[in-house]
Amino acid sequence: VSKQQTRTIKVDVLARVEGEGALYVKLKGDVVQDVKLKIYEPPRFFEAFLRGRHFSELPDIVARICGICPIAYQMSAVHAVENALGVAIDPSVRLLRRLFYCGEWIESHALHVYMLHAPDFLGYPDAIAMARDHQAVVQQGLRLKKAGNRIVTLMGGREIHPVSAAVGGFYKAPSKSALKELVDELKWALDASLATVRFAAGLDFPEFEQDYEFVSLCHPDEYPFNEGRIVSNRGLDIDASAYEENFTEQHVEHSNALHSVLRGRGSYMVGPLARFNLNFDRLPDVAQQAARDCGLKVPCRNPFRSIVVRAVELVFACHEALRVIREYEPPAVPRAQTPARASTGQAATEAPRGLLYHRYILDQEGLITSAKIVPPTSQNQKRIEEDLWHFVSQVATRPAGEITSKCEQAVRNYDPCISCATHFLRLHLERE
Amino acid sequence: VALRIIGCGNLDRGDDAAGLLVARRLHAVVVDQGVDGLGVEIRNVTILEQSGESFSLMDCWASGDDVILVDATAPMGTPGKIQVWNACADKLPEDAFPCSTHGFGVREAVELARVLGRLPLTLLICGIEGKRFSLGATVSPEVDRAVESVAQELLERARTTAGPCQTMRKRTIAG
Repeated sequence: VSKQQTRTIKVDVLARVEGEGALYVKLKGDVVQDVKLKIYEPPRFFEAFLRGRHFSELPDIVARICGICPIAYQMSAVHAVENALGVAIDPSVRLLRRLFYCGEWIESHALHVYMLHAPDFLGYPDAIAMARDHQAVVQQGLRLKKAGNRIVTLMGGREIHPVSAAVGGFYKAPSKSALKELVDELKWALDASLATVRFAAGLDFPEFEQDYEFVSLCHPDEYPFNEGRIVSNRGLDIDASAYEENFTEQHVEHSNALHSVLRGRGSYMVGPLARFNLNFDRLPDVAQQAARDCGLKVPCRNPFRSIVVRAVELVFACHEALRVIREYEPPAVPRAQTPARASTGQAATEAPRGLLYHRYILDQEGLITSAKIVPPTSQNQKRIEEDLWHFVSQVATRPAGEITSKCEQAVRNYDPCISCATHFLRLHLERE
Repeated sequence: VALRIIGCGNLDRGDDAAGLLVARRLHAVVVDQGVDGLGVEIRNVTILEQSGESFSLMDCWASGDDVILVDATAPMGTPGKIQVWNACADKLPEDAFPCSTHGFGVREAVELARVLGRLPLTLLICGIEGKRFSLGATVSPEVDRAVESVAQELLERARTTAGPCQTMRKRTIAG
């Protein structure tokens, strides 16, 4: 390729991501001229749909924003309303919410590690092609995902669009014996997760590091799910109620998803890598040891190694689920009283893909007058583009087909959920 | 021999609900009443609802099952058109089934199951061509008619099921 030749690489429909989007990269010679992550899935206006609805309807409505992380949406919603209403939940309900989240993390991470990201590293176009040569690997991933499904089904009443979560708790709390039925499979899943860490750590990773601002929840004692302050490696340390003072969303012409930035600072990263780097010492010993054994260092700034970090989080989620089941005693009342009052509440929880912020304003009848939802992919979108600006430079001398597949792999480091954010992927590579 | 009928789709996305609506019409007759409209008892039929997400779908059948799966297919200009594929014999067309979560839908479930040796004994895929799939859309009249037609045909099959399913009649309903 001539040094002055313009090349455009286009991926018109990005595969193995949730939702519809495209990628556009323009090169002049081997120098990157432009990168756009185009999210063209139409906006879904969930925040507008919520206006005028009673807060009790929230968990069922927001669960429909995403088929892969409905629990995250339910958890951020119920916590935000509980914060608005000043509702304190039963400690057993708190434990159950952690178990619910464990189920979603196991489902989502197993899907991403084995079915979405592993084919990139092993050189296959998709999981079906990979399964022809790696049957046992794919079978293990499927069984792990199913272990997560079982938790979600038990806790949520059904596998898709769970219906049990409520403001104040759950409509129905499971019995101890029902939870104990999960134990044998979760013990297998914990062992399989440790094997997943070894599998993922054995993949080949591009030499690529960036100086990220990592943002995640941080709880004094626990690896974060539902609670904690929003912190970063550059000194951010705020309550969720101060989120909108510190973060802002920007409209960009090429995307139907807003770009979220830290005011005065710019892009940042949320998700497994951020959680891991900011909360490593809160991981249980078994997960910390698994990370050390495979050479994963803190901080990890190579986004391609996020596949290993997801595997470490699988270990955590299985271990945590078993702990919760051991300690669980059914709550006397599964759902606290939630008297309506005019109020505002915010909450952030850790969806599998990262921080998920909700804010609701309620009137005296408990009707929602304003809603704001900032999903993880909106928060990562600008950071993904910045990764690509730097990463494409490293691979610019390669053939267009290879650049395309490497770019898609780099996007999948973030496991973007475009359906959530539109509120993603085709690659266009242009060389000038 | 047991027959498993799986309806796939999303009730919140217009015609994508087609498979679920077929399952619910059958459920109302076969499970709730245990008899069909003619008073004939129907046994050994399991009716399932699924989102269409591949990996859960693969867990809906075992190697010895006879399975009929109903799902909406992508718009091709003939809404309500019913097509049937014998998935054990042939690969499913790549462009027929709108993708589900992360691009893992019905076609991917079938092809992954084929690679992993996890296909059921028989697997017929009944596709109802959709017209509108946007969030909050209602079911189109063409698809609504096709849903009724497929439900009636499956009810007939459920009533007579006694052995491995054979090929369903292929039929087109004018859109």
